[in-house]
Order: sequence, then structure tokens, then C-alpha cells
Amino acid sequence: MRLFTATLATETNTFSPLPTSLQNYKESVTQATGLELFTNVGIDPTQRKIVVAKSTNHLMAAYGPIAKKSGCSIPTPFRAASSSSLRVSWLRIPWNRILLKGESMTLRLLAGLLALILPLSAMAQEKVLRAVMHADVRVIDPIWTTQTIAGIHGALIYDTLFGNDANQKPHPQMVGKYEISPDRLHYSFTLRDGLKFHDGSPVTTKDVIASLKRWGAKDGVGQRLMGYVTEMKAVDDKTFTMDLKEPYGMVLESLGKSGTSIPAIMREKEALTDPQQQIKESIGSGPYMFAKDQWVPGSKAVYLKNKDYQPRSEPPSGFAGGKIPGVDRIELIWMPDPQTAMSALINGEIDFWENPNNDFLPLLEKAKGVKLLKTGKIDSTQGMIRLNHLVPPFNNPKMRQAMYSLVNQEDFLRAIVGNPQYYKVCPGLLTCGGPYENDGGTQWMKHYDPKKAGQLMKEAGYKGEPITVLAATDHNTITPATQVLIEAMRQAGLNVDVQSMDWGSVVTRRAKKDPPAQGGWNIFVTTSGGVGSANPVLHTWIGAACDKGLFGWPCDPEVEKLRNAFGMAATEEERKKIAKDLQTRAMDDVVYIPFGQWDTPLAYRADRIEGIVPNTGLAVLWGIKKK
Amino acid sequence: MTAYIVRRIFAVLPVMAVVALFVFFLLRFAPGDPAAIIAGEDATNEAIEAVRAKLGLDRPMVEQFAFWIWRLLHGDLGVSIFSNLPVTRLIAQRLEPTAALTLATLFVSVAMAVPIGVVAAWKARKIADRLVMGFAVMGFAVPTFVLAYVLIYFFAVRWQMLPVQGYNPIGQGFGPFVESLILPSLALGITYMALIARITRASMLEVLQQDYIRTANAKGLATDRVLLLHALKNAAVPIVTVIGIGIALLISGVVITETVFNIPGLGRLTVDAVLKRDYPIVQGLILVFAAAKVFLNLLIDISYAFLDPRIRY
Repeated sequence: MRLFTATLATETNTFSPLPTSLQNYKESVTQATGLELFTNVGIDPTQRKIVVAKSTNHLMAAYGPIAKKSGCSIPTPFRAASSSSLRVSWLRIPWNRILLKGESMTLRLLAGLLALILPLSAMAQEKVLRAVMHADVRVIDPIWTTQTIAGIHGALIYDTLFGNDANQKPHPQMVGKYEISPDRLHYSFTLRDGLKFHDGSPVTTKDVIASLKRWGAKDGVGQRLMGYVTEMKAVDDKTFTMDLKEPYGMVLESLGKSGTSIPAIMREKEALTDPQQQIKESIGSGPYMFAKDQWVPGSKAVYLKNKDYQPRSEPPSGFAGGKIPGVDRIELIWMPDPQTAMSALINGEIDFWENPNNDFLPLLEKAKGVKLLKTGKIDSTQGMIRLNHLVPPFNNPKMRQAMYSLVNQEDFLRAIVGNPQYYKVCPGLLTCGGPYENDGGTQWMKHYDPKKAGQLMKEAGYKGEPITVLAATDHNTITPATQVLIEAMRQAGLNVDVQSMDWGSVVTRRAKKDPPAQGGWNIFVTTSGGVGSANPVLHTWIGAACDKGLFGWPCDPEVEKLRNAFGMAATEEERKKIAKDLQTRAMDDVVYIPFGQWDTPLAYRADRIEGIVPNTGLAVLWGIKKK
Repeated sequence: MTAYIVRRIFAVLPVMAVVALFVFFLLRFAPGDPAAIIAGEDATNEAIEAVRAKLGLDRPMVEQFAFWIWRLLHGDLGVSIFSNLPVTRLIAQRLEPTAALTLATLFVSVAMAVPIGVVAAWKARKIADRLVMGFAVMGFAVPTFVLAYVLIYFFAVRWQMLPVQGYNPIGQGFGPFVESLILPSLALGITYMALIARITRASMLEVLQQDYIRTANAKGLATDRVLLLHALKNAAVPIVTVIGIGIALLISGVVITETVFNIPGLGRLTVDAVLKRDYPIVQGLILVFAAAKVFLNLLIDISYAFLDPRIRY
């Protein structure tokens, strides 16, 4: 019997000889990506009884036709990218990569045995990044929802006109050149060369304008920008203009924003979809393409490298610079159980874990091959206690201000994080460590005394009415923070009505404006991303736009006036001054009570991946490379 | 028998109708709103209302129910509120992992529990019996997730013999498929094994005291023939009943097992859909589970007739 084996090595160029025991059967062992493996050495594989090939790529293309011609079939292609195929063990050898000629059962068994013996190291490995994220990709439209995971999905497949760098300064991304008139009322943008959607069609200004309009109708930052825009007009396929009615100073920052609802540029076809409806196709022009057919909502989302993507030449920083796809395939895996995610990372089944629980950090610090990375000085989370300004007792400013004396940030941060290395006391509303950090209004946070708070509330007219707290029971940071708050309120002698429920129910009930007895609420606890909270315009929770604002509905026209003024400011000095005035005013009005700031370091296999870009407000995955 | 089966199949229809009614209204009366979850953290009330209107969730409940039933009668379980994918596709994607896990658990449990139950009855009140009963008590007492973590720690993290998590479809190779099911089916099967072992022992003890067993022993039949051919077959009806009930337990058990071992099955789909208030998925899944349960009961009833010739329908 004459037997030929081949190892197809398309990526790693590895090569495996046969075990000595099989040398007698060996006539030719070499490496190639197709039939030339055999034909180059003068052998016609179609004339052989058995041909064994091991590969993760190109097998079908090269050997499918001869298998078909010979009446053989190739089993379902082995996927090196299956969720747990990184480890090597005998069971994982892809014995189904066998081409057989003829129907002999003996030959089939022999070939199967041979394939079992061949070492897996010979397999060509597609470079796959397996990342466990904080949530699963369930929605594919980053504009329709403000869920962060939809933003991460969007940032992989869509590109944006600008990108804010690690210091939140905007830089052109899809834009090649741009001009701003001296009065800052007219902008002209020209797209850079080589921009193509994943379906091969070129990106034109029609797509851009439609995308910006849809984003501007839905996202808070976009709505604010569009409030100043009088007209967007296409000059030609690559150049468009934007006219403003006032010299709004945050145009480029808005177009380069990270976080949720990024101004993703879609095809006009999708961009014309009603913003209140989800788009049906995920076709962008970004560094990765969404493999919708491999998407299992609630489990896994797959992204394939966009080989046609032309990255910028600048080094990556935050959302700015070159987006160079570092791997062939990214799998965003959803693991609801953090214990499993930790074991999988230690065991090498995943490469990257976006948000390990704080309880697991000491274990991960000790794990071999695993590293923790603090994501940057402002890429943190800020805790917020939100009071309902519409209904008693917190419709009374004195009652709201008395609540400051119930909050000792250290108590909250120890309960949530524990290790002081990962948290920071931050009495202000604008992110500590950010460009607009200031001490305006922070004197409110310096007098922790629950008993005094109770006394102040009595003086403000509180007569022991129940105060309804929406207590989430299933959130790893909000749940313990709420418990600390409830304890402080009880120490102050307040009549606390704790309504325990899952987070999904909290987000529903907090939207109700009715009094607590009719299904409303008085207090809930939530968090905000540090990057968004660093900028008064992007930080929507600092707003006080009454009915049009966020839950709790603070109402102070002066706060809104200062936010607008910040957007109009021409210089950085002016902005800093306005930021301080704004924070002072917002804290006096108690738009919310901050309970500190903490980092959620990400954990990754340092022995396998490199090139993580920190400090962005949204996980940047495109630059990660496999070692 | 055929008439009985047809009658039973028709009896399924009112059961499913009640399930459909119950599920629909129970979900609508439960707190939570998918529109608020979709709209996200920074959404205003107006934005949430707009999403709700587009999803049709602002329409009268009876109208929503009629619309759902109408589509159901046309074989359409609807579309997921979040992913916009058909519920049938989502269920089909998750069917294989759950079916594989359930069948593997069933296989492992029955293959191990019935023999040890028979041995325990044969060696009643001796050391083997005590060991089996000790195992059964432990099997009932240890929660699935605790056992799962212990198995993961030793077999995956410490000894690196098996993967921590994930599921490999059978289409990607039989080896990886089996490998990904070993730990989950052991973790899930332990309670089930304990249950079947106890019932097998009790049922066998009763049969072993019958006169015909004494006769079989007296005429010199080998012990294995007495135990397996004479005793076990007659003790089989309660064992099969428990196996059938146990499958329902397994379906609820897979929720935890699938979560701990990160297997993308129906259990995970159910929990995620409930937490996100993805009504069409929850409705579709409960209908599928109810139908599976009813069908399973029918299979068990039919199997009685084969195991015990006295039972006729």
C-alpha cells in the first residue's frame, strides 16, 4: 500500500514528519497549501489509495474537487476556532480531515488512526482572539441601543469620521482633510482614499450624511450637535460640508466620541432606517466584518478580518490612529458565570477578559501567564446615587443636600472593590484624573455623619414617610453599593422602603414618574463610565433638563446653560472655568451624589496576546495581536 | 394502542393552549420592560416610549395576544425583540447542545445507577449496599454547581485533562464532542444517578422477595440470570417512571449546568431571555418545553405496555 501524508501550513509554516513507526508507509512528506504538495514531487494524489491531509484552511478548496471526482467525501471542515480547541490533547486531533479513495473499511480505519497519531502542532492555526466581554452581543445596531456591548460590536465593524485619542482629543479617522471657517460656523470634510464597505462598495458622502442624521436623531451627544447644525450637504462623493447656526466647539469631539452610540458610518441603505428600529444588516467599513451566520445570540459573536481595510499610518491611541487588524478572527464570547471565565482564562481557553470581578483579582494576579491591565486614568467607573426630584421628599433641595452627609465614599468603595489599588475617592461629578476635574461643590462631601443627616432632614420637614429605594439584587457593583446606602439611611433614622428586584426591573421602574406608592421611586443607584463623565457635554447624568433629562429629572436651567456654554467655549481655559461653575451648580442642586471611582482592570494572557490599547471608554480590540 | 396514541396526541392541544395563555399573560404582568433595556442606560423616557411603540408593546394586551396566537397557528414563533432573529432559528441553534447534554447525562446516569442499584438490592444491608446508599445521599445533598466547580478545578484547571467550558458540536469531531460533555454530564447526572439508584434498589428489593424469585434460586439458576432476567425486568416499571420524571428534572438542571460550563443550550437561552424580557423567546421556549414534556409522558406510558404485558391501552 502506498500512503502519502501532507501537512498544510498556511499560516504557521509548521511541518510535521510522520512517527518512525509509519516511515515505511511514507513516500513523501512536505508542506504546501494545495495539490502542488504532491505534484511538485511527481506524485499524482488522484492515483493513490489514501491521501491524508491535516489543515485548518484551504483543504476544501484544494482537495474537495479530487475527493468528489473519486467518489469520496470530506467530512465537515474542522474548525480550529471552536470555542475550546486551543489546548492540545489527543481527542482534539481533527481526524475528520481525511480524504479517502475507495470504500474499504480497513483503509478508512487506518487513515483515521494515522490522523490521530499526527501531532496537532502541525496544524495551520488561524489567529483567533477569544475575548469574554461584560455582556453578550444581542443587538447589532449600535445606534438603536446605548448598550456598551453594542458599541464594542459597532467599533469593530464600523469606522468613524474622527476618533478621540487617549486624552480625548479628536483626530481624523475616515476623514482625510478638513477645514473650519474662522467664525467656526462652516466645516468641510473630505474622506480619505480607499474607504470601502465590506460588500465592496465605496464609502460616499451620501452614506456619511445619512449615518450622521440617524445618529444625531438618537444619541444624546448627536442630538446636541444636530441642534446646532443647519445643513449638511454633499459637494461630491468624497467631500461634504456642515453648517452651524452657532460656533459650537465640540463638533470634532462629538464625531470622534467613544462609549455608547458611536457615530458609526453605515451604508446609506441601513442609515435610512428609522432610528427607533434596528437595522437588519451589519455591513460597515471598519477593520473587522461581522460573521452573521456564525452569530449565536447569548453565546458568541464572530468577526473576521477585513483584508481590504486600509488603516491610517499614525500610531494607535484610544480611538485615533491606525486600526490595524491584529488577528484573523475575533470571537466575543459571553460567559454569564465569572468563575467559569476565570478558570477558562487560567486554563488558556480564552485570551482576554474584559471585566473580571474584583473578588477574582488576587487569584488572577498569581495565575501563570495572566496579566491585569488598568485601562487608563479616566477609563474608570463612577458610582452615582440618583434621587427623584419630582416627588417628595427629594423635591425639597434641603432634603437632597442632607443626603450628602450619608455618603462616606470609602465605605462604598471597600464594599465594591476592596483593594485600594483599584479605587479612588472622588468627591466631584466630573471624572477625577480627567481634564476637567475640579473641586467645585465638593465641600458637600466632606461631612459624613448619618445622625446629622437625619437631623437636617427633620429640619427640612421630613416626618418619617417611607423612602423607596430600588435595590438591584443581581449587579456586581450596584447591589453592594445599594446595601451600603440603605444601612447609612437606617443609621440616620430614615424610614427605608427597600424594593428588591433584578436590574432589568430597576431600569423599567426608574422610568416611572409617579409617586412611590403608585409604582414610582425615590432613590436608585447606578454607575457611569469615566470617559463620558470627564466631559460636561458627554456626561448626560450631570444635566438638569427637567422632563427631558434622565431619570430623577433634575430641573435647573442654569446647569443646562453652563453645559451649553461649555460647548461654545473657544479656549481650554474657558472650558475649565465653566466646568468648575457647572460642577458647583450641579452639586448644589444634587443632580446626583457620587460615591467614588474605580477601575475595572482587564485580564489577558500576556503569553499569547499583545497590543492592547488602553484608555478609550470602550474596549478596543482591533489592534490586539496574537503572539 | 394506535387509538390510544391518537387520543393522547389530541389531548395535547388543550394543554398547549392553556400553557400558551398562561405564559403570555404571566410574562406581561411580570415587572420589567424590554424597551427600557434596549434603550439603555442613558435613554430618556421619550426614547423608551418610542422603542416600545416600534416594538408594538404599547398596544392592548389582548391585541398582542391575538397577533401572537395567529402567527403561532401559522408555525411562526415570532422574532426576538433584541437580536431580530426568528425564535425558531434561535431555538434550533441551541437544541443540539441541550439534547446532547441531556442524552449524555441520561446515558451516564442510567448506565451507572441501574447496576449499582441492583447490586445494592442483591447485597442488601451489607457493605456494598451501605456504600451505594451513602453515595445516593451524597448525590442528593451536593448542589450541581458545587460539584461542577469541584470537577472543573481538578479535571480542568489542576490536571488539565478536560476543558473548563464550551461545547463542540458533533460535526466538529466525535472526540472533542465527547470531551466537552464529560464534566457537564457528570455534574448534572449525580442527583439523577442517586435518584435512579435508590429507586432501582427499592424496586428490586420488593421483587427479590417474591415467590418466583425463590423458585428461580431453588431450581439452581445463576445469580446474574435471576437478577437481570427475572428480577430487573419486573422491577422496571417504577424505574422507567423515575427516569421519565428525571428527564424533566434534567431540563431544569441544564440551566445551571449550561451556565457553569458555558454551554450554549436552551437553558441558557431561557434564563437570558427572561432576564432581558425577550418575550417571544420565553413564550416559544416554554411551548417547546411543554410539548417535550407531554411527548415524553406519552413515550413512558407506551413503554409500560412493552415492559409489563398486563398493561394494555
